[in-house]
Amino acid sequence: MKNLKLLIIGLVISTISSMALADGHWSKIRIGTEGAYKPWNFTDESGNLVGAELDLARDLCKRMNAECEFVQQDWDGIIPALVNGKYDVIMAGMSVTEERMKTISFSDVYMTEPARFYTTNSNSLSTFKSGDKTLNLDKDSSVTSGTISSLNNAMKGMNIGVTVATIHENFANEYLDVNLKTYPTQDEMNLDLVAGRIDAMLCDTGAAESLMETSSGKDVVTFGPNIFGGLLGSGVGAGIRQGDTDLKAMFDKAIAEANADGTISRISMEWFKKDIAP
Amino acid sequence: MRFELMYESFFKIIEGIPLTLQVVSISTVLGLALAIIVALMRISGRKSMSIPAYYFVYLIRGTPLLLQLYFVYYGLGQFSFIRESILWPILKEPYWCGIITLTISTGAYSSEIIRGGILSVSKNFIEASGALGLNKIKTFLLITLPITVRQALPAYGNELILMVKASSLISIITLMEITGIARTIISKTYAPVEIFLVAGSIYLIINFIIVLAVGLAERKLGTVKAN
Repeated sequence: MKNLKLLIIGLVISTISSMALADGHWSKIRIGTEGAYKPWNFTDESGNLVGAELDLARDLCKRMNAECEFVQQDWDGIIPALVNGKYDVIMAGMSVTEERMKTISFSDVYMTEPARFYTTNSNSLSTFKSGDKTLNLDKDSSVTSGTISSLNNAMKGMNIGVTVATIHENFANEYLDVNLKTYPTQDEMNLDLVAGRIDAMLCDTGAAESLMETSSGKDVVTFGPNIFGGLLGSGVGAGIRQGDTDLKAMFDKAIAEANADGTISRISMEWFKKDIAP
Repeated sequence: MRFELMYESFFKIIEGIPLTLQVVSISTVLGLALAIIVALMRISGRKSMSIPAYYFVYLIRGTPLLLQLYFVYYGLGQFSFIRESILWPILKEPYWCGIITLTISTGAYSSEIIRGGILSVSKNFIEASGALGLNKIKTFLLITLPITVRQALPAYGNELILMVKASSLISIITLMEITGIARTIISKTYAPVEIFLVAGSIYLIINFIIVLAVGLAERKLGTVKAN
């Protein structure tokens, strides 16, 4: 009985103190991530969350003198869970887009990468030749429409995969005239690309390159231009509730510092084998 | 509550009803055939028949449906000998993978319902039928089967409702049925409460119709006697 009483008192005290600390001071920041988007954030063989964003988050938290706690959340509910207060920040390879800015706000961009199409070398798409190396959606449609229609011609009637509620799905809905398949995670889409259920997938280059390093992804090849800008957003940033402007300011400052001293480049080289710092 | 959003998404979500009903009805019919075979194997009295049937039911009831669906869809596609086999045109399609998994699942559960129904038929009826000079097959078709159907109906109605709900799992293998469409809308509108309420009500309506139909059948067959 006595122990129970002590336990209850202890719980009450710790709850009150943690509430007091969280109020405005952000000594503890809960970071929501998906854990299924290699190499951004994923779960290793022993079940630990790892990836470029986990390393970056730990570095940023050190700079902000805050304690970081990671919360795993499925992608399709990742924004509602932030809004509902399940965690305070999203770091999940999420691109900053105008559409998402209607619901949440973002820190400054910490990494940026183009999107690309991937297929397998036995598929006819692997021989697709694109005139242009890049497709910048910020440019006028007179510049971009040629490339987009040549992509559409090549993929007519084919099954093309995207992950649900991503910039890539938005791109497909806006520009592509194909049979679209939406997947809950990149991992599941990877399996179906390799199995030949889809002819191609549109995703972020880092995610596809980490598939291509594995033995099951050895036949995966890319085609078409590097795609960026427009509705693909301005790069990956940390999602923050619109009211938490103080937290956004803390992240912006920490990201700027980490970018200036080369930390972001170092983490990027380690996980992406290339520098994708902004 | 965003009522306008609920109204708009209702019309998008009902587009998933045909796929839900298709998958449920095809797997229910195929599953019932499978269930009858498995149930007859279980009560055949021959070990070579009853033991495989027993382990089939044990395996399927003992593992989660979600896992089975992942196994059939993502798992089998990993093997190149399956991808090169004549089965691949079927296993390649998420639609058929969903139907196969649900058929196996309902086949296992329903076989136990049917077995229970058959075992509930009183020995006296069988003996009486023999005394009347009916052979084994006639006894089964005219005596055992009608009583089994009557006895098993309430439990089987339960299974039908479970099937409608289980079909929501096929949204994870890219099939855009009721739940799949609802999840897609949620990921764009960030309004889980509203959209799931709409999707939930659609399931309620479908299952209400099933409850009515099963109740009607029960009265027709005399499972429940009018008081």
